[in-house]
Amino acid sequence: MFQTISLFAPQLVLAFFASQLLSTGAFAKRDISIGVRNFSIFVLLIYSVIGFILGKPTGTAFKGALVIDDFSHYMNLIIGLSAAATLALSKSFFQIEKLDRFEFSILVLYCTLGMSIMVSANTLLALYIGIEMQSLALYIMAAFNRDSLRASEAGLKYFVLGALSSGLLLYGASLIYGFTGSIEFTQISEAISYGASPGIIAGMVFLLCGLAFKISAAPFHMWTPDVYEGAPTPVTAFFASVPKFAAMALIARLLVGPFETIVSQWQQVIVIFAILSMFIGAIGALVQVNIKRLMAYSSIANMGFALVALSAGNESGVKGMLIFMSIYVISIIGIFACILQMRIRDGMVENINDLAGLSKSNRSLALVLTVFMFSIMGIPPLLGFFGKFFAFVPAIEAGMVWLVVLALIASVIGAFYYLRLVKIIWGDESSHEFVEAPKTLRTIALMSSLLVFPILILPLISIPTQSLISRAASSLF
Amino acid sequence: MLIAISFYSLAFVSVAAAFMVVASKNPVHSVLYLILTFFSAAGLFILMGAEFLALLIIMVYVGAVAVLFLFVVMMLDVDFVELKQGFLSYLPVGALVAIILLLEMLMVGAAYFAGETKTVVVRDNGVSNLEAFGQVLYTDYAGVFEAAGFVLLVAMIGAIVLTLRKREGVRKQIPSEQIARTKEKGLKMVDIKPGVGIE
Repeated sequence: MFQTISLFAPQLVLAFFASQLLSTGAFAKRDISIGVRNFSIFVLLIYSVIGFILGKPTGTAFKGALVIDDFSHYMNLIIGLSAAATLALSKSFFQIEKLDRFEFSILVLYCTLGMSIMVSANTLLALYIGIEMQSLALYIMAAFNRDSLRASEAGLKYFVLGALSSGLLLYGASLIYGFTGSIEFTQISEAISYGASPGIIAGMVFLLCGLAFKISAAPFHMWTPDVYEGAPTPVTAFFASVPKFAAMALIARLLVGPFETIVSQWQQVIVIFAILSMFIGAIGALVQVNIKRLMAYSSIANMGFALVALSAGNESGVKGMLIFMSIYVISIIGIFACILQMRIRDGMVENINDLAGLSKSNRSLALVLTVFMFSIMGIPPLLGFFGKFFAFVPAIEAGMVWLVVLALIASVIGAFYYLRLVKIIWGDESSHEFVEAPKTLRTIALMSSLLVFPILILPLISIPTQSLISRAASSLF
Repeated sequence: MLIAISFYSLAFVSVAAAFMVVASKNPVHSVLYLILTFFSAAGLFILMGAEFLALLIIMVYVGAVAVLFLFVVMMLDVDFVELKQGFLSYLPVGALVAIILLLEMLMVGAAYFAGETKTVVVRDNGVSNLEAFGQVLYTDYAGVFEAAGFVLLVAMIGAIVLTLRKREGVRKQIPSEQIARTKEKGLKMVDIKPGVGIE
């Protein structure tokens, strides 16, 4: 009994406390949003480490619906930590904008529950339920500022296009079920090993298209800039970091699980997604003036890089993707902690030119932001360089040198707009000063900038993390 | 023979109605065609011996979802003139995509019929549909069933978060107070003297 419960303890913790907090909040006489947020952060931290505390149990739960392995333990850790960080980021923003309601924290908890189901999904049904739980919470969070026209538009746009992508995904799932006779990943894999009919391949392509929408890989990226711009900034930080990683992990699990025998088939799809995303992301960002739109295009390009790693189709490819995405999530949270500090007396500002002269008015913020820009560009010895390194090496080993060359060209194009940001920060004349940011924001920005700074390269930290990631990647095979 | 005739007629109606959902200009007509599609899909399920699913489709999709759609669509302010304008300019691209999709569907379908093994498993052990569902829904699929409940809960939270507004200064009707009103509390007898007025 305990054995079974310890398997899905992370999900259990989230579901139990989210529901408890919901009923507490619903019946509370006064506004308890701050308490709910703090407790939710605590719950997320428990969720992220409970698998490790219980000694990393492995096996399948719910008659094979969920599979718990080292991969899901690692993903739970990263998802929990980064969700907790983004939730902490949201505090000051929502309070200053007078939007704070306790439901936001609850939605983050349920969204994380959906993501934890996604990364452990072992059947098409669990996969779909996890995705829907996560997406529904995200749609609501995008429109959370319901009095703002832009936020409502973002929520509606995200919802309609998300419903479309769910349709694609379900159609693919139904094709796969029809042609293999099962929704369980192990049995699908067995059925495919006897030969993949066109129906299975069509189903797989539809499934991948639906998931590509969730990671905003081109050509399914259209919603990203508008939604990122319209949604409240902490929500955008959440969008750009955690759900992306969860969906990417789901794609990895799907590709090397049920579809492992048709590598050559899905490789083509992933390569097309990767090339389109890298270039659309890099070129689209060149003309942006709003920093949230810029980050949207930057995230599209980064998804392309992660897909380059996956397209190798082997264990080191999955490992490269995990390393790249972990580093990406750390830097994105840091960058958004900086963006959230862009507040003048009249409110938030979001234009790139508002950063002008930051080096004189706020030297520490300028330094931190510059570190992030250089890291995400991939300049050694910052961590972003190692992310790209580990993402591209598997592809080279798999013989796709041309793809890596294209990726390098895209990163050089992308370097332009990151450098432009650095130039505006250090070179341009200041127009106004930002008001002093709350302590949480500064701490998180500083912490993640320290993480991308060479600390993680130190062997003491990098070796355990690497072995964690290696075991996570190998548990999929 | 009869089964074949009913299958083909139902299949034809469902595909034709699904086409009309997209093709008709009037959104209300689209929803009505959607209901027709659902009905013929339910008929197809009955032909396959899945009477529970058929009833479920009629109850959930026709009874709840489609009627809700109908309400929403009727409340929309649709400009029919504007709807008709964009059609021709999108036609070439749309038709191209549609033809490619159609060819792919045909390929997939042909592959299915050309193959020797049919994967649809027919349950024939004297268990009714409902019983078969009941046997697995709360046992094998208990986990995803619970998770589906959470999905609905999230949707409910969303509906409340996005629409509920607390309004100040609204006069509320409190029935208990109204009922508790007695003649003594609500009525005062005043003996008015001529030329004095009330208090």
